Amino acid sequence: MADPIISFKNFSFQYRAQKQPTLHDINLDIYPGERVLIAGPSGSGKSTLASCINGLIPFSYPGQCTGTLTVDGVDAPHSSIFQLSQHVGTVLQDPDGQFIGLTVGEDIAFSLENDCVAQPEMKDTVKRVAGLVGVDGLLDLAPHELSGGQKQRVGLAGVMVDRVQILLFDEPLANLDPATGKSTMELIDEIQEKTQTTVVIIEHRLEDVLWRHVDRIILVNEGRILADTTPDQLLSGSLLRDNGIREPLYLTALKYAGVEITPEKHPDHLDRLVLDEGDVRKVQDWFTAVGQPPEKPERPVLLEGKHLNFGYTPDRQILHDVNFVIHEGEMVSIVGHNGTGKSTLAKLICGFETPDSGQLLLEGKDITQDSIRSRAAQIGYVMQNPNQMISKTMIFEEVALGLSRSGLSQEEIRTRVEETLKICGLYPFRNWPISALSFGQKKRVTIASVLVMGPKLILLDEPTAGQDYRHYTEIMEFLRQLNRRGVTVVMITHDMHLMLEYTPRALAFSGGRLIADTTAAQVLCDPELTQRAALKETSLFGLAQKCGIDRPLEFVDRFIGYEESQREVKE
Amino acid sequence: MNKNSSVKTVVAVGIGAALFFVLGRFVAIPSGIPNTNISVQYAVLALLAAMYGPVAGGLIGFIGHTLIDLSWGGSPWWSWIIASAFVGVVVGLFAKSLALSEGDFGKKKMVTFAVANVVANAIAWGVIAPVLDIAIYSEPVEKVFAQGAMAAVANSLTAVIIGLLLVVAFTKTIAKKGSLDKE
Amino acid sequence: MAAKTVLNYLPRKSVVHSLTGTTKLAFFLCFTFASMITYDTRVLAGLLAVSLVCFKLSHIKLREVRFMLVFMLIFLVLNNLFIYLFSPDQGTAIYGTRTVLCHLFWRYDITAEQLFYTLNITLKYFVALPVAILFISATNPSEFASSLNSIGISYRVGYSVAIALRYIPDIQRDYHNISQAQQARGVELGKTEKLWTRLKNAVTILLPLILTSLNRIDVISNAMELRGFGKNPKRTWYTHRPFRTTDYLALALGAALFAVSMTVTLVCGRFYNPFI
Repeated sequence: MADPIISFKNFSFQYRAQKQPTLHDINLDIYPGERVLIAGPSGSGKSTLASCINGLIPFSYPGQCTGTLTVDGVDAPHSSIFQLSQHVGTVLQDPDGQFIGLTVGEDIAFSLENDCVAQPEMKDTVKRVAGLVGVDGLLDLAPHELSGGQKQRVGLAGVMVDRVQILLFDEPLANLDPATGKSTMELIDEIQEKTQTTVVIIEHRLEDVLWRHVDRIILVNEGRILADTTPDQLLSGSLLRDNGIREPLYLTALKYAGVEITPEKHPDHLDRLVLDEGDVRKVQDWFTAVGQPPEKPERPVLLEGKHLNFGYTPDRQILHDVNFVIHEGEMVSIVGHNGTGKSTLAKLICGFETPDSGQLLLEGKDITQDSIRSRAAQIGYVMQNPNQMISKTMIFEEVALGLSRSGLSQEEIRTRVEETLKICGLYPFRNWPISALSFGQKKRVTIASVLVMGPKLILLDEPTAGQDYRHYTEIMEFLRQLNRRGVTVVMITHDMHLMLEYTPRALAFSGGRLIADTTAAQVLCDPELTQRAALKETSLFGLAQKCGIDRPLEFVDRFIGYEESQREVKE
Repeated sequence: MNKNSSVKTVVAVGIGAALFFVLGRFVAIPSGIPNTNISVQYAVLALLAAMYGPVAGGLIGFIGHTLIDLSWGGSPWWSWIIASAFVGVVVGLFAKSLALSEGDFGKKKMVTFAVANVVANAIAWGVIAPVLDIAIYSEPVEKVFAQGAMAAVANSLTAVIIGLLLVVAFTKTIAKKGSLDKE
Repeated sequence: MAAKTVLNYLPRKSVVHSLTGTTKLAFFLCFTFASMITYDTRVLAGLLAVSLVCFKLSHIKLREVRFMLVFMLIFLVLNNLFIYLFSPDQGTAIYGTRTVLCHLFWRYDITAEQLFYTLNITLKYFVALPVAILFISATNPSEFASSLNSIGISYRVGYSVAIALRYIPDIQRDYHNISQAQQARGVELGKTEKLWTRLKNAVTILLPLILTSLNRIDVISNAMELRGFGKNPKRTWYTHRPFRTTDYLALALGAALFAVSMTVTLVCGRFYNPFI
């Protein structure tokens, strides 16, 4: 084998502001042309590892390096970001932060401009690379005219103009809907094949990354490498699960059915998965044994939208004749690709915008003309980014903010806030500054600050975006508890696991129209619907077909029912 | 390290000017005096200048204010733009002694911040803007000084009150985690 | 709102549009300074004529820039009113004579000098208006940064301007979202609140906006550095366009106007005085 292109030897790193090293004694070789996935939960050190490769560490985030790190022949810790950027192209997680130029063409050319490349050559390169990633028709467009997936392609083009040997992707799927995530992985695959670059992907969404072939997975936790092996090997053990990485759903199902997973069965992709007769029988038997979950009784209607139409400008209508019903005590997800009007619908429901026509009824009462404030007492809205909602420095003050104009006495406010904090598990922290909290805890604070107003329904925008499995579970279990207390929960989401596991019902949008109102399982088993709503068919569906189960939809239903009963047993 | 901070300054100036623009152009908080709004952008300018220093502060004021004037469609009113830049520079001169990134913002620093802002705004609107108005536009002395005095008082108050509240809240967010106990 | 609409860029095929950004910026600055130096009515009238011709050449319709005109008109009327209120005899102070046309009340007379002075101020402002509107409506924002750089300003400062234009729409959207979510919690900035509450509420909205923006600064500066920004003392520009004959002509015109204005001011003084 050739010499490694990236080589860590006894490498450790400690941030200047921290007492403990973040990376301990890393030994890792990555070879030219390899595709490597670095996986690990939040705070595991996987992003730190990536920043060492592209030079953000130690040049932007100073600290102490020991051991050696060679990147494409360069002694990384003793070179510079600029030198490394000739060898490593980094695509950051936030596509809006990465997109610096005013138009696509300018952004792709950015690095060439900094290298003082002459204009004719620059234009040629931009054209060539834009063609390679499929944005050649968009060179004059501004960032806000592009979808998230297109922005990401531009980001990739912008680092490829340097003819780098290594492409580094920092959580490339975090901000994308499942369908776009799928095509991103296809694009990375295609680019790797064409250019033979080395690809390093940092992600915790394992099943989505494995949509295309990956040579190796490096599992990182607590600053150490726990595994460095093929996907088949790693998926056959329990290391992933033990370290807070979610395994592909079809493997979970196989394990429920008692099928033993071994590397020979090629568990890394459903299409390559080899099941013998015995395995298939186990799955079928499990399917019969579990049985159909009980039907939930119909409950009274809480919120109803009738013939809603809306556009920010008269010439561009966003929502077209939307009709929907939310029942009391339900948990519902709203899905569909970016820009299809999901967030706009949320704004209409909260009264941030007024529909051009149509009606909103809450418990049968018309609230279309009610003010934001009066609606907020009934419907709570939680933004995607808690940092955009939090405006006080202490937890107690933050949660109490919404009550300050309610006319309640200080004493009443204190009681209500404390009660809410107890429900949200934040009571022990009530006098802490918010800055000391983790992302998940901050999210809880924002939910608490909405809950304190006593709403009947809370509406959350992407509650789990960018969260690893542990935080995801923490947030979702908390929402489920609230739901059991009688709060109706509506979520805008891209997360198919969330849909399947927590929301029996899903409303799917496409092009500003409601295209489906059915069970989450049904949405994820219908190829046409998944495509129109920018989702991905669930792998459970494929597994059922592979095992010759003629009612795959029921298989999915039973899987969900089984998981729920398992959780209840645990509680 | 040095190079990095210069890239950061370029970005801070850009984002700061964008903030100055958005707040100055689209956010109107009535002051209580008819047709006069509180210019919150000067509070944000004070915070950013105190964080990033005189060069960044001056440029944020200059670029932000020029963009606002251009977006209204007139030719830029240079005398007032220069005054905005001046405020950024003067407050920025105190960046070192305020040391916001340390997170500990005591009474002494509050006084420094307030004094810096009052001085900066008083000179900018009370002297620079009117004098330039007279030099460039030959406007009458009484009018420009009356206008300048009003702006000086209003912007000083905004920068001191809102600016101070912002700075205090901001420094609290970077407070050391230290010895926090659950209760 | 897009960067293009922040400054109301109106793309089109015209002589003015085809000039490079650098030319437009330089012409705009020459013209503004020319109109700033002088108060000579004849020079101002000449400049206004040039300005209007430029506007005509740009194929931009008056109604497309109506809101700017209206805004400027209101500003001018108010400004003139204030000037009159504060010093009804500014005209006399400048021109040395006092020709009363009619008396109003107290110290307020309408004098020919004051009217002439008001006319000059209005003229002075209107002279630059079409050129200013043209500069922003006929220049692609993508050319701003490279234009600033090519008239001698550091590319770093030029790029700060580009970043401001790039992220204004994003920050505006952030502000909008944050203030809506806060309104739902009863945080209002309107007149229904007491002034002190209003100020505190402003902080409630500004703090998350600033913290998000500071975070943005970190992400963007990392992204820029990873792509080599600041590596060299110079940089090239993707949107830069080469000079053509019309560019040289426009620059020559700008320089000539500036020279005329300067010469007239030096030779005949700043004001044209018809009263003596």
